[in-house]
Amino acid sequence: MSETASPRAPTDWKGNAMQRRIRRRYAAERRFRWLGLGAILISAAFLAFLLVTMIGKGAGGFRQTEIRLDLDFPRTGLLASSTGGEIEGAVAAAADAQFGPDGARLLSDSAWTRVERAIERDPSLLQRKETLWLAAATNVDTAYKGNGDAGSEAIVSRLDQRDVLRTSFNTDFLVSADATDPASVGIWGAFKGSLLTMIVTLALAFPIGVLSAVYLEEYAKRNRWTDFVEVSINNLAAVPSIIFGLLGLAVFLNTLHLPRSAPIVGGLTLALMTMPVIVIAGRNAIKSVPPSIRDAALGIGASKVQVVFHHVLPLALPGILTGTIIGMARALGETAPLLMIGMRAFIATPPAGIAAPASVLPVQIFLWSDEVSRGFVEKTSAAIIVLLVFLLAMNGLAIYLRNKFERRW
Amino acid sequence: MSSLALFLIVLGLAALGWLMARARAMAFRRVAGGQRAHSLPNYHGWYVALWAALPALLFIAIWTPVSGNLVSEEVMSSPAASSLPPFEMQRMAILREAREIAEGDRPGGFNPQSSEIATVYKSALGRYRMIGAVVALLLAFAGGAFAFTRVSPHFRARTKVERLVMAALLGASTIAIVTTAGIIASLLFESVRFFSLVNPLEFLFGTHWSPQIAIRADQAGSSGGFGAIPLFWGTIFIGAIIAMIVAIPLGLMSAIYLTQYAKPAVRKWMKPLLEMLAGVPTVVYGYFAALTVAPLIRDFGKAIGIASATSESALAAGLVMGIMIIPFVSSMADDSITAVPQAMRDGSLAMGATTSETIRKVIVPAALPGIVGGVLLAVSRAIGETMIVVMAAGLAANLTANPFASVTTVTTQIVQLLTGDQEFDSAKTLAAFALGLVLFIVTLLLNIVALRVVKKYREAYE
Repeated sequence: MSETASPRAPTDWKGNAMQRRIRRRYAAERRFRWLGLGAILISAAFLAFLLVTMIGKGAGGFRQTEIRLDLDFPRTGLLASSTGGEIEGAVAAAADAQFGPDGARLLSDSAWTRVERAIERDPSLLQRKETLWLAAATNVDTAYKGNGDAGSEAIVSRLDQRDVLRTSFNTDFLVSADATDPASVGIWGAFKGSLLTMIVTLALAFPIGVLSAVYLEEYAKRNRWTDFVEVSINNLAAVPSIIFGLLGLAVFLNTLHLPRSAPIVGGLTLALMTMPVIVIAGRNAIKSVPPSIRDAALGIGASKVQVVFHHVLPLALPGILTGTIIGMARALGETAPLLMIGMRAFIATPPAGIAAPASVLPVQIFLWSDEVSRGFVEKTSAAIIVLLVFLLAMNGLAIYLRNKFERRW
Repeated sequence: MSSLALFLIVLGLAALGWLMARARAMAFRRVAGGQRAHSLPNYHGWYVALWAALPALLFIAIWTPVSGNLVSEEVMSSPAASSLPPFEMQRMAILREAREIAEGDRPGGFNPQSSEIATVYKSALGRYRMIGAVVALLLAFAGGAFAFTRVSPHFRARTKVERLVMAALLGASTIAIVTTAGIIASLLFESVRFFSLVNPLEFLFGTHWSPQIAIRADQAGSSGGFGAIPLFWGTIFIGAIIAMIVAIPLGLMSAIYLTQYAKPAVRKWMKPLLEMLAGVPTVVYGYFAALTVAPLIRDFGKAIGIASATSESALAAGLVMGIMIIPFVSSMADDSITAVPQAMRDGSLAMGATTSETIRKVIVPAALPGIVGGVLLAVSRAIGETMIVVMAAGLAANLTANPFASVTTVTTQIVQLLTGDQEFDSAKTLAAFALGLVLFIVTLLLNIVALRVVKKYREAYE
């Protein structure tokens, strides 16, 4: 205990200054923690806000306002062989008779097709009087749902007093294709286009992706060429999607002269975009299969190809499938590259095949969002709901597959 | 016979070959008794099936386009075609109609000439299809028969089949390189053509963007400006500034909370929820930005006294894009924070630091390279993002730092330039490819730098 080394005065932990400092540090700690929680809650709140807005705006798109129309078929003079134009005229005349001079304008442009279908189903209809519920025109529809303009509101309240309006589930929205009149648009055409495009994408991207992953992970020697392949795949996974659209435009349309706006071109373009995702997921899945499996198979005399195709690949399959589904979900929601290859035309009939002009769901949403007519707002949101439901289902399936089949070695 | 039917028949033949060869291999295995065959029966089956299918399918793939050309040549040289109108569009329409009638897709023609040509079409089509079908089937039979004669106990079928499998694997892995090369080649090729019309220096450093090339020389705005600086600024302003101001704090703080504070149950639910933000299609974000966020921001701008606030503001697009980017930042930050060794954390805590002090002074600095890498990747994702800016940002090429004003971006202009009815060779469409090339190079560089940074960091701790 020498006198020279004067020890520092011990910290006075109980002192006022120190206590204040500790309080300040704990307050900072709490603030930091709240900031973190706040960040998460803001992100989650935004997601909730987005979903609630879409559901709130889109719910109306699944409902349809209908007008009751009494049709006296014998008086209209319609025959079983009548053309669409004649039926349309007869329906318009009946509407005029029932609702005054502008009666026909209360019905949607395609309302008569429902009469046509009713006659097809039951030709005896032509011999009697019948009451049918027909789709209302867009302005009546929006006004009855509570957000129309003043003129339409007046018409609706007049009709409502006569008790000829009702709301029903909009089956037309699920079974018909694009149209100019928002009251008669549907998503089936775009949905079928999406389906065909996804089939082409899957048929190309899955085999190529899985085979490349197998090659890179199991057989490739460490050399320049392999590095080059790896770098290309990693870069392709990060290239903006619109660049793939430019590639599709320059190569598939302008060089190979494939048909514009067709699912096959869309599928090819999206396949190039999805393939790297599948390769990366596939490599991770293959990597996670333990080497002892390979050694055991080699040990009992399997060839290198047999080892991979009989043992490694089946064990890696759940992981590969999960990655594939996630890649396909991304492709399903992709819009920009498809705009580049001309998939923005007005297509009023569902595509007949992979070479026919088609639209896809996200592009349909984009096109409807550009429309000025107010009736399109709820249809756009309704189409978004359909798209989100599918994406959610696909991602859910991927998570289920991962939890159910993924093995920890 | 259509290509599809032919395709199915060839596949059927291959399946038949597979069964027969397999049965034969089974038989000699039983008869030979003591002597073992080199390959299992399945491999003999595959060997025959591949020989039956591949040459025939290859032939079909080549023949289909070739025969299409031969058919149109024959139709054009027929006497019926000599009466066709000289006008290109009209001629093509009639020919298309004739083709549809000939294939039975259409009952009758709109043009009177088409039904006449349709008969010529039909006979030519029928003849070439017949030739194709006969040759394909002959190839399938010949290939299958040749392979079938080689099936014997000593034949090394497995080796041959496996060699083909290896070739297929190698082929599949080259597709990635072909795609990359295709992207670079198509962008470069069109850009070079663009730069032969427009000076590259003017494109890269000019500040006047108005790509409307006038049809007549005396029309207003006929000059056509291709100075892309306003576009680059708009892209950086929305994607790298506004979006990042939103995404970096929110993403980083979310990652810190989830890795350091949250209970495992909270983490298990919140992490997928955050990732859902990345799974929402961009067109949905775009619609949301244009329909809901943009009017709110315009009204807010008006309320605080900014008269120039538009409903196509940079802020609306940037804000929504930032939200979209949160999961990218947070998952990269999450990974790099979890990779910080526990010993460093424990050391700091043992010295009496609070959790937040440990995070700010130890964990975040240690994880910084990974976080920076994640931010760079997020920037590259944001500047390549298309639909949000197409739907929510404007078209006016303004050089302004006012977030309530309208700016335009590279991707918006690419979409704008290429979705219209114009011929392919105009400077306007070629400009889109030049913009695409710039975008490609910038995102590529960002990705390379980001991966470098992350990799360097990993080496330090493993």
